[in-house]
Amino acid sequence: MSTQAPLLRGLVALVIVAAVAALIVALTWRAAAPRIAENQRLLEQQQLAEVLPDVDFDNRLTEARLSLEGAAARTAGVDTAWIARRGIEPLGVILRAVAPDGYSGRIVLLLGVTQGGEVLGVRALEHRETPGLGDAIDIERSDWIRQFTGRSLDEPARADWTIRRDGGAFDGITGATITSRAVIRAVERALLYFEREGAALMHTPIPTDVDAPSDTSQSVEFSEPRP
Amino acid sequence: MSTPSTADIFRDGLLRRNAGLVQLLGLCPLLAVSNSVVNGLGLGLATLFVLVCTNLIVSLLRGLLVTPLRIPVFVLIIAALVTVVELVLQAWFPALDRRLGIFVPLIVTNCTILARAEAFASRQPPLAAGLDGLATGAGFAAVLIALGALRELVGRGSLFAGMDLLFGEAAAGITLSLPVDGLLLAILPPGAFIGLGLMIAVFRWQQQRRDTSADTATTATPSRPTA
Repeated sequence: MSTQAPLLRGLVALVIVAAVAALIVALTWRAAAPRIAENQRLLEQQQLAEVLPDVDFDNRLTEARLSLEGAAARTAGVDTAWIARRGIEPLGVILRAVAPDGYSGRIVLLLGVTQGGEVLGVRALEHRETPGLGDAIDIERSDWIRQFTGRSLDEPARADWTIRRDGGAFDGITGATITSRAVIRAVERALLYFEREGAALMHTPIPTDVDAPSDTSQSVEFSEPRP
Repeated sequence: MSTPSTADIFRDGLLRRNAGLVQLLGLCPLLAVSNSVVNGLGLGLATLFVLVCTNLIVSLLRGLLVTPLRIPVFVLIIAALVTVVELVLQAWFPALDRRLGIFVPLIVTNCTILARAEAFASRQPPLAAGLDGLATGAGFAAVLIALGALRELVGRGSLFAGMDLLFGEAAAGITLSLPVDGLLLAILPPGAFIGLGLMIAVFRWQQQRRDTSADTATTATPSRPTA
């Protein structure tokens, strides 16, 4: 008894602390969860709207999401599309494109494209490029990423889709050639995908019910390469 | 163990056994996050909050703690508090949370917190324990902010950039910018080590000078006692 009593007391303390800790975490979660979900939605909406400047769409982009599957999408490195519409008319598409060959791993890009395949805006969404060098792809660090605005597969010509140092039409980032090449190639690949699949993509029906939960996004299969 | 005076608690926490400069505890977040003032301040405040609360709770429970079970209790308390901090940041300071990233949940591994719970709070009344948490946390936060200021100033040529993440839009205007680009090295990981090394050196040098002058003031003869 005398040796077990303190241990028992300690166990009781442990159980009480565990129960109170769980309760406090649960209560905080209940208070915070709606705001966290809303923050995520707002962030996504804001990131999406940023690559479609001056496009007069009226649908909720966060609910107009398509998961892209199939060989063509995989090869092009695009995995998600959002369709911006006014009424039922598609105005443009946002593609999420991944550059697998950044200097420090994947660079995830968002790319807004008009119906005609002209780039409206590109932003780096996630990357681990070197601070001070490769992170110049970040809009907060430099304007480099803005040079894609207004470009398309015809402007510049296909052969010029690389940095000036390689004889192309795009500025490279000093000290981050690998990063620059990776981003340019990813944008080019995404545009090629859009050229081929864009029309079908924009006319894929999306549930128009605005009250529908956001996980109504559906998958589309664009696997058949067209002749 | 008698309860030290409030002045002693603060002198210890801020200077004599400063977590960052003397005990060299919690170096991982200290080195990783301190690339700007706002990051340092954000993580410093979060750590301070967890330290004060942990010390208070541990001190209140100290009658129930038994040696073999105390560490699990400490870890539970710290983990619950860090989870709460993380949820609050995600819900109410989403932009800052994205910048601090993994280092908020990693507060749980900051050994300063466990060390103060074990060495001080479990043997002292709540008031002293809370003050000790405040002093230790303030000492750690001060080093984080100072190192953040140093690296931001040298590395980016700015000071207080992004304070609006913590204090709302009103604070966006207090950013100071120098018309220089900054030395890249300072914001890269080596800059953290060099900066902290310099701070420790200056701190030690100051302490040594103070100790020597105290020595000569108290000893009548200038001859130093043999060590």
